[in-house]
Amino acid sequence: MWISDLANPSRFLRAANLAIPWLGGATLIVFAFALYRAMLAPDDYQQGATVKIMFLHVPSAWLGMLAWGLMTIAALGTLVWRHPLADVAAKAAAPLGAAFTLLCLVTGSLWGRPEWGTYWVWDARLTSELILFLLYLAVLALWRTVEDPSRAARAVAILTIVGAIDLPIIKFSVDWWNTLHQGASVFRLGGSTIDPTILTPLLLKAAAFTLLFVTLLLAAMRNEILRRRVRTLRLLQASAAG
Amino acid sequence: MNPLTALLLRDMRIAVRVGGSALIGVLFFVVVVTLTPFAVGPDLALLKRIGPAILWLGALLASLLALDRLFASDHEDGSLDLILTGRAPLELVIAAKGLAHWLTTAVPLIIAAPLIGLLLDVEAPAQSGLVLTLLVGTPALTFIGIIGAAIAVSLRRGGLLLAIIVLPLTVPVLIFGVAAANAAVTGPAPFGTPFTVLCALTLASVVVGPFAAAAALRLDIE
Amino acid sequence: MHLRAADLACRRGGREVFAGVDFAVGAGEALAVTGRNGAGKSSLLRLVAGYIRPAGGRLWLDGGDPELSIAEQAHYLGHQDAVKPSLSVAENLRFWVAFLGGGASKVEDVLESIGLGGIAALPAAYLSAGQRRRLSIARLVAVKRPIWLLDEPASTLDAAGSDRLAGFMQSHLADGGLIVAATHGALGLNSIQELSLDRSDHIRAAQAHPAAEASS
Repeated sequence: MWISDLANPSRFLRAANLAIPWLGGATLIVFAFALYRAMLAPDDYQQGATVKIMFLHVPSAWLGMLAWGLMTIAALGTLVWRHPLADVAAKAAAPLGAAFTLLCLVTGSLWGRPEWGTYWVWDARLTSELILFLLYLAVLALWRTVEDPSRAARAVAILTIVGAIDLPIIKFSVDWWNTLHQGASVFRLGGSTIDPTILTPLLLKAAAFTLLFVTLLLAAMRNEILRRRVRTLRLLQASAAG
Repeated sequence: MNPLTALLLRDMRIAVRVGGSALIGVLFFVVVVTLTPFAVGPDLALLKRIGPAILWLGALLASLLALDRLFASDHEDGSLDLILTGRAPLELVIAAKGLAHWLTTAVPLIIAAPLIGLLLDVEAPAQSGLVLTLLVGTPALTFIGIIGAAIAVSLRRGGLLLAIIVLPLTVPVLIFGVAAANAAVTGPAPFGTPFTVLCALTLASVVVGPFAAAAALRLDIE
Repeated sequence: MHLRAADLACRRGGREVFAGVDFAVGAGEALAVTGRNGAGKSSLLRLVAGYIRPAGGRLWLDGGDPELSIAEQAHYLGHQDAVKPSLSVAENLRFWVAFLGGGASKVEDVLESIGLGGIAALPAAYLSAGQRRRLSIARLVAVKRPIWLLDEPASTLDAAGSDRLAGFMQSHLADGGLIVAATHGALGLNSIQELSLDRSDHIRAAQAHPAAEASS
């Protein structure tokens, strides 16, 4: 299967070098088209044009979760199947996922400001995203703290899987907590029913973001492989010196 | 003597002797709770309302403190290597260490909590609810924490990283623990739901924690 | 019982430590692993103990208990002594006896035989490095396990301690145990194979040093 074919780092590098320019081009095109459609979408009767932040906010939330899902599969790849590129993929995906989650938080905050009058409110969805962001930071911290890449990969793999199990629980708990405390007013970021004129640009935006994620992921994986080669060369240099 | 019992007793003996770390945990707990009124003001009505929350936060942080040394001290003096040559399954060994941690860190806290609650003017029905939720919920804090402790075992400055890893994972326990403690004031009906979920979280973590921690330790030891 | 390795390779921290290592140690036999610093003596021992996964080759035990892993039938004596300073000398040993599966001898007798009998009740924090080493060695004597994996066992020991250790090792071999020891110096045993990790490609268990034939 092609996944096992790409297990060889050199083969992966060759494939990545071929794919990245095309993916980058496709990303730009889909983004342009999505933006165009987003401009055309009607304003919300209540929120005005600011509802268009949703086109950034919602896809970045999806991508933040997609990245963790990818990291979980990669974690299983590292621990169970020992696929050589699994930890490279996980390490490359982590900062991307964190960035998308941060983008989701920031856009959510900016969206909320005109509507609620504050930059932050502890509603269920934003709070869950915040905890997800903290977990991403924990993963990034772990990657940086353990020096040996393969040991780091294994530690991160366990944390990723535990996180994947806990994330639905956290989401459920935060939802419950929110209904417990909010009582009367319920802040909803979803807006009203999704009209096709809103749905299409949303899906396009999601597709554009996904393409962006894949492009950046492959590029980051390529960088990581090269980084590890440099590290190996340095180790060889040190041991050759005696 | 059963190897797991031997380990449990050894860990408890060490915890009691080393600067009385059980008492240090309680002391930290008291200090943290005492700091709160300085931060939020001495308004007793407010303190009474947030009392259970403060106590739960204090318990969480105090539990976290002792987790740092759970595996690290055995790793540093080579005991962890030898523990891995034992014939008891590693998961049970870790569960025994977790139990020792809970008995020496959380139980003194639970005993001290009602007394500290008096400082925050927590009323009697809330006190018993509080103690019950702490009793049921602190094992979850311990057993989620051992995952972080196992992951961070061989790292310098592991303590901070441990906190970063563990705290987000314990959010559900905190949510339901405090909710149950608060609900105990109102009556049994609203108490039941969060309390049941808290029990479920503890049971799940007692199972998942040792397995995840064992996996992390096996991968980490080299 | 035979502990065998074929074409064993080890990687640590991304670096290849050794490769192509073969050896075979039988009951009543001892293998001394020698080599300069960094050659991989400690890594080899940790690999046999199961802490490191081999990067290549095979390691297996013929005979022994099929239900148990090699580590579960071995004593590992590393650079550290696994002594808890807040427990007494006797409590330390008693714990390992209980945890590792009991021993034939009583703790007090074993402590006597390593010369720590008089201070059995003393907190281990007061012990010198050599005394801690001896307490660690007491573990090997108190709990019977067939395989001994020793990493520089005589370090921090004085002459008397080294002699005592050699005596324990000899009795262990006489009882049918086997020993793999990483060492810089002589171990004071009668008959011993040597595995030198200094020689690259196709390192084989080299000369056996026949001395006085010990019948056992």
